[in-house]
Amino acid sequence: MSGENNYLLEMRGITKIFPGVKANDNVDLLVKKGEIHALVGENGAGKTTLMKVLYGLYDSDAGEIFYDGEKINMTDPQQAINLGIGMVHQHFKLIDTLTVTENIILGAEPRQGLAINYDRAREQVEEISKKYGLKVDPDAKIQDISVGMQQRVEIIKILYRGADLLIFDEPTAVLTPQEIDELFEIFNSLREQGKTLIFITHKLKEVKTISDRITVLRDGKSVDCVETSSVTEKDVAELMVGREVLFRVEKDKAKPGKEVLQVKNIHVRDNRGLKTVNGISLNVKEGEIYGIAGVEGNGQTELVEALTGLRPVEEGQVFYQGEDITNLSARKLKDRKIGHIPEDRLRRGLVTNFTLSENFILGFHHQSPYSRSIFMDYKEIEEHAKSLIGDFDVRTSSHNNLASKLSGGNQQKVIIAREFIQEPKLLIASQPTRGVDVGSIEFIHKQLINKRDEGTAILLVSAELNEILSLSDRIGVIYEGEIVDTFTAEEADEREIGRLMTGSGKEVKTGE
Amino acid sequence: MDTLFQMFSLPLLLISFRYATPLILAALGGVFNERSGVINIALEGMMLFGAFAAVYGSGLTGNPWIGVLYALVGGLVFALILAVVCVTFKADQIVVATGINIFASGLTIYLMQVLFGVSGTSPRAPRLPPVRVLGMRYNPLTFVAIALVPVAWFVLFKTPWGLRIRSIGEHPSAADTLGINVNKYRFICVLISGALAGLAGAHLSIGEYSAFVRDMSQGRGFIALAAMIFGKWHPIGAFGAALLFGYAEAISIRVSFAYIPSELIRAIPYVLTIIVLAGFIGKAIPPKAIGKPYFKGED
Repeated sequence: MSGENNYLLEMRGITKIFPGVKANDNVDLLVKKGEIHALVGENGAGKTTLMKVLYGLYDSDAGEIFYDGEKINMTDPQQAINLGIGMVHQHFKLIDTLTVTENIILGAEPRQGLAINYDRAREQVEEISKKYGLKVDPDAKIQDISVGMQQRVEIIKILYRGADLLIFDEPTAVLTPQEIDELFEIFNSLREQGKTLIFITHKLKEVKTISDRITVLRDGKSVDCVETSSVTEKDVAELMVGREVLFRVEKDKAKPGKEVLQVKNIHVRDNRGLKTVNGISLNVKEGEIYGIAGVEGNGQTELVEALTGLRPVEEGQVFYQGEDITNLSARKLKDRKIGHIPEDRLRRGLVTNFTLSENFILGFHHQSPYSRSIFMDYKEIEEHAKSLIGDFDVRTSSHNNLASKLSGGNQQKVIIAREFIQEPKLLIASQPTRGVDVGSIEFIHKQLINKRDEGTAILLVSAELNEILSLSDRIGVIYEGEIVDTFTAEEADEREIGRLMTGSGKEVKTGE
Repeated sequence: MDTLFQMFSLPLLLISFRYATPLILAALGGVFNERSGVINIALEGMMLFGAFAAVYGSGLTGNPWIGVLYALVGGLVFALILAVVCVTFKADQIVVATGINIFASGLTIYLMQVLFGVSGTSPRAPRLPPVRVLGMRYNPLTFVAIALVPVAWFVLFKTPWGLRIRSIGEHPSAADTLGINVNKYRFICVLISGALAGLAGAHLSIGEYSAFVRDMSQGRGFIALAAMIFGKWHPIGAFGAALLFGYAEAISIRVSFAYIPSELIRAIPYVLTIIVLAGFIGKAIPPKAIGKPYFKGED
C-alpha cells in the first residue's frame, strides 16, 4: 500500500490511553524516505508519547505501524534499533561517568574474546564522526563535555547502530543559536546521506528553516500534515493552538524608577565547590525587566540561588531598597516581598504531591490569613486557591487536585499566581516559560509585562534568547560567571549576544 | 612496645587474610549488585544462611566441598527472594533486605532445632582441608576470594557485561533505550551477590570452624558492605578495604592491649566507613540510580 507513496514510516490510527488521559487519539504520521519531517504541537499534545510508542517504550492501545512497507509490532527498543530507528531523547540518555566511546558502544560492543575491543570501538566512533561532521572527543567523560557535544554523542550513538530513521525530540531546547545552526548543518548532511529525520519541536521558526513537511498535533489528535513551503509560521501556530496567536510581546517602553536591587561584585560557589559566579555586579530598577542571557551552566543558577537565600554569597554584597540583604534566609527575603519563580518548578517551585490550594500558599503559609496561631485556616486557603485559579487561568477541574496532575504550563501558572499575588517589589524569574506551550508562554509574558508596568523590578534569567530579547529592557550577557557585556533593548542584537554567550567576546572584552 | 611490635608483625599481617576472606567475598558480591543499582543490605542474612547450608551439606555428605556447594545455593536462594521481590516486583530494597536478615537468623535457629535438635551450636561437620602458605594455615576459600578479585575487576571494567552493569546502575533508562534488559542484569547481579555471600558463610562455618553457631556471621555482612563503600564500589578498592578491616579484626583478637578494649579496635571498620561517607577521604559517590526500582518508559 505504500510503494508508490514512498513512505518509510506509516503510523496509522495510533491511540494511547493513560489513566484519565487520551495522550494519543487516532493519530496518523506518515514520513517519506529522505525527508526532514517536523512533528509539532503544544506541550501535552502527545508528540513524545507518539514517539515512545514508535520506539517501543510504550505499547499503544490501538493503531498500526508500517516500516518500509511492512507491518511491525513494536514491543521494545531493541526491536526499533534492529529496524534502523534511532532516537535522540529530549533529556539525553547518556551516562555521565562513562566516556564518549563507552556511551556510544553500550549494548553493541565490539569484542575481542571476552573483553571489549576499545581500539576498534574508538576507530568506529571516529569514522562516523568524520563521515557526518560530528566532532567529538572519544575519550572524554560525558560529565566533562559541552551540551552540544553531548548531543553529537547521542547522534553518533544511533548512527553507530545503523539507524536510517532518526528521531529528534526537541533537540534545540538546550542549544545556543550557534549550536542550533551547527545542528541544522548536521541535519542537512544526514539528509544528503539518505537518512530520514523526524524533528519534534514547538519552535516554529526552526520548523520553517529546516523541515520538508510538517505534522501538527493538538490535544492528542493529528490535525494536519502540510508541506513546509506552502505554509507560514503563523498558519502552523494556529493549527497548533487552534486559535490566533500573538507572536510579538506587546509592551510600551519601560519607565524605570528607583533602584530596587543592587548586586555588588558577588562570588558564589556551586555544589562541587567551584566558583561559578565570579564577581557579578548589576542593578535592577522599579518598572524594568533586566534580562540575563546566557548558555545554561554559566552561573545563572547559582546567581539566582544566592539572591534568593538558597546559597551563600562568598564575597560581595546584595542591597535591596538600600538595605544590605546579603545572605539573609529565604524566608526573610520573602517577607521583604522578593518573589522567586525558580528554574525547576518540580524541584523548587511546587510540592507536586500537595494540592493546588496548598501549593498556592507555600512560603506564605505561616502568614495571616492562611494561618492563625498554630492552625491553618483551610477555608481561607481554599477560597484563595479558587480565586487564583480563575484569575490566572489555571486549567484544572478542582483546587483539590494534586499539582503533579497539571501540565507544565499550568504548573507554571500556579507558581506565577502564588508569587504575583503577594505583590513583590522585586521578582526574580528564572526560566519562567521552560517547557511551557505557546499559549501559556503568551499568558506568562503578558503577566510579566503587567507586573513591570505596575512598578515591580524584575530580574529575568532565561536560556531562551528570544524570550530575553522580547521582554527585557536591559540585557546582561553572562559567560563563565561574569557579565561580559550589557545592552539596552534597542541596541541588542541577537547574533552579537549569541556570540558573547559562547565566550567568543571574552578576549575582546579583556583586551580593552 | 611489645604491643606495637605485635600489631605490625608479619604473621599478623598474613593472618589478616583469613579474617578478611568473608569480607572480600561478600564485598565483591556487593560491588556487583550495587553497581547494577540494587542495594543489598541482606548480605548478612545471605552469609548466615550460607554458613548454615555449608554445615548441613558437609555433615550430610561428609564432603566439605559439597558443603561449599550447598552454601552457594543457599546464598542464591536468599538472593532469589530479594531479586524477585525487589527487581521483578519493585518493592523497597531496604525493607525487604532487612526482612531477609531477620528471617535468616530465625530460620537457621529453627532449622538447627528441627534437623539437629540443638539450638546453640550444630554438631560438628567435616571442614575444608587446610592449606599451608608461608607457614600460615589457610582454608582454600581464602584463595578463591583473592582469585575472584581480578576476575570481578575484569568482568566489570573490561567486558561488555560489566559496561552494561555499570550503566544500569547509573542511568537505567539510558541502558533500556539501547536495548539492554535492565531487570535481567539486575536480577543476575543480585544472584551473583547472594552466591558470593553464601561462600563467605561457608568460610565461617566449615572453613575456619567445623560447625554452625547461631548468628555466627556477627555483622560481617555489614562490614563487607562498609568495605565495598570504603573501596568506592571498585573490586580492588573493596579488596583493600576488606583486608584493612580483616587486619583490624586480627588485631582485636590476637593482640592484647593493656588499656584499650578489643571491642573498640573492632569498631575501627565502622569508624573508617563513617569518615569515608562524610567525605573526609575523597568522596565516595554511589551509583546514581541505586536503590530505585526501574519502571519502563520513565526518564
